[in-house]
Amino acid sequence: MKYQAITVSELNSYIKDKISQDEYLANVLVKGEISNFKNHYTGHFYFTLKDENSLVKCIMFKSYAEKINFMPKDGMNVMVFGSVSVFERDGVYQIYVKAMQEDGMGSLYTKYEELKSKLEKEGLFDEEHKKKIPEFPKEIGVLTSQTGAVIRDIINVSTRRNPNVHIRLLPVAVQGPGAGEKIASAIELMNNKNLADVIIVARGGGSIEDLWPFNEECVARAIYNSNLPVISAVGHETDFTIADFVADLRAPTPSAAAELAVPDIFELKNTINVYQNRFRILLKRKTELMRLKYEKCMQSRVFKQPTDFINDYLLKIDSNIKSLEKSISDKMHESKNSFVEKLAKLDSLSPLKTLTRGYCLAELNGKIIKKASDLKQEQEISLTFSDGKKQAKIL
Amino acid sequence: MAKKEEGKNFEELMQNLESIVQELEKGDLNLDDSVAKFEEGMKISKECNKILEDSEKRISILLENNGEVTEEDFNA
Repeated sequence: MKYQAITVSELNSYIKDKISQDEYLANVLVKGEISNFKNHYTGHFYFTLKDENSLVKCIMFKSYAEKINFMPKDGMNVMVFGSVSVFERDGVYQIYVKAMQEDGMGSLYTKYEELKSKLEKEGLFDEEHKKKIPEFPKEIGVLTSQTGAVIRDIINVSTRRNPNVHIRLLPVAVQGPGAGEKIASAIELMNNKNLADVIIVARGGGSIEDLWPFNEECVARAIYNSNLPVISAVGHETDFTIADFVADLRAPTPSAAAELAVPDIFELKNTINVYQNRFRILLKRKTELMRLKYEKCMQSRVFKQPTDFINDYLLKIDSNIKSLEKSISDKMHESKNSFVEKLAKLDSLSPLKTLTRGYCLAELNGKIIKKASDLKQEQEISLTFSDGKKQAKIL
Repeated sequence: MAKKEEGKNFEELMQNLESIVQELEKGDLNLDDSVAKFEEGMKISKECNKILEDSEKRISILLENNGEVTEEDFNA
């Protein structure tokens, strides 16, 4: 009996062919825990990926290995992407890893939530602390990557709104290890040198890992401590990073940040124009009002028939004179009456009347003699009769 | 390198314009004061326009070297 045996190489080759024909195995995403990790001096990574029940060998060649932003180590939970193939010499199949990331989605969210609530409690998100974005900033500081669509979008939107805008780009890494520290120190630099009136911190869309620097505490604190107002524009509209909560203003996208930072110069000019027109209208209204008042004044009797007043006064003067005259003549009349009355009374009391009835008035040295005993012999007296005086001598 | 501080900034000037409008609208100013306010308003609005027109377009990149910052033109 003759046996038709194949060689080991043939077997392995056959299996390798079978496996490489499988489309599913050409692109697999596998998660597991790293063990037996070796960072070979050639730059390739050798390790096994395992879960509770099983393990698989993995290799990551240098060209792929140098692109990952963390150093894998035993016990780390990762996701690897690559193809499954057979290493014929050893008769083993293994994953040829092209990309790897920490399977930390869950843990990143936990970190995010923890930091968010910590900073919120500290008051880093408080509305009162938020600074007003200046209405017309002269210099717009932009912190982002110097390549890519973000800076171009910001420049395009800004120059459209204000053709004379001054944008200062301070280039920073916006992802990868150390990006957070770089962003934070860039914010501090802008502040220390007072390089702008407003800062835009921007980054395009990406995975939570890509956006992670904007969830780092040092960035949050740098934004909080910034004296210059900060507008954050990280990722897409639906992405909320911690930087967004701390920033003085959150823009949904980098283009929107430019719109918020750079005022539309044509709109502003129009506003100023409107003010000038309002000033003119208001002054015109004022002068019009004054003119109406003036005209109303001129319509009044004082200005239309100024002699009326004089005539009025003349009449008044006349009537005053009349009443003055009347009161004087009344007074005179009254005095005359009282004089006549007194004269009659005086007349009735006059001794002359008595004299006519046969009496006479005896006087000694001009004094009336009232008693006989007042007289002595040889004294000369005068006797007044009704028709005249005679001298007499006492016997 | 640091920017210069200036007198009144744009916001303050714009606020001045608004308060002048309000004073003129109240109408209890006499004619002389109204004219004075009008002239002040026109003067401030010209200043505002000047601020808008004075700025010059510049897209620059800041380069830091040992704490010293230099500014160069930037082409995206």
